[in-house]
Amino acid sequence: MAIGWYLAVSAIIFTIGAAGVLTRRNPLVTLLCLELMLNAANLALVAFSRMHGNGDGQIFAIIVMVVAACEVTVGLGMIVAIHRRSLPVDVDELRELHG
Amino acid sequence: MIVYAGAVMVLYVFVVSYVSEGPFQSTPGAVGGAPRVLAYAFAAALAVELMIAMLGSGLQGIDGEGAQYDPGFGTPAQIGELLLTRFLLAFEVASFLLLIAAVGAVVLARRRGGEIDSTQRRALSVMDMLRDERLGTMAETVHAGPAVGATTPAAIDERSQGGW
Repeated sequence: MAIGWYLAVSAIIFTIGAAGVLTRRNPLVTLLCLELMLNAANLALVAFSRMHGNGDGQIFAIIVMVVAACEVTVGLGMIVAIHRRSLPVDVDELRELHG
Repeated sequence: MIVYAGAVMVLYVFVVSYVSEGPFQSTPGAVGGAPRVLAYAFAAALAVELMIAMLGSGLQGIDGEGAQYDPGFGTPAQIGELLLTRFLLAFEVASFLLLIAAVGAVVLARRRGGEIDSTQRRALSVMDMLRDERLGTMAETVHAGPAVGATTPAAIDERSQGGW
């Protein structure tokens, strides 16, 4: 199968993720959609890595996964903290930063 | 990949089940009205733009099967060697980032033992750690304010229930 198809799938997944981030108000779903966008980029990276026969893209994808895992960990920690304080878990309600 | 699926997705499931029970049952849905239309329009524009970028890239290899297949390509041995030689710095930075994120998540999700208002807040000194739990402080003796970690029954109860 041509490399272009992998890129097409990657573009579609990225678009779905972007639409989700823009429309959803639940921070959990927003985080999942961010994850979707990062994984779409990973797919493109691995596809290009295969295209060039070079392993660098795969290392890049692994590093992106590590960063994504960090981001999700901190994001979920924040959601748990918000929930503990009995604040609504809604990104529209949480616009202001105060202690 | 297995680490990823195992750690992150299980974390997701736990947080979803944790958040969905509780006083706020209603989870917010999608935005409505004009912002929603605008968001979908933006997403559609993004999709079109990505497709144009792909079709117009002029990359020769994009229609092919990729480079000549090399038996060692993409094996754990090759990736491990690259990670530990050429990308060693990135590997180390990533490990530090994971450590920081883990500590940050624990700090964020920690259970706090009640809010301390500004009148009660004072600098925590080393003596508070060394002091016997049953003893008060000098400041307490002269009624200058409660000791940090003073052993009122409520405080003991709080501590035995623990946070993380």
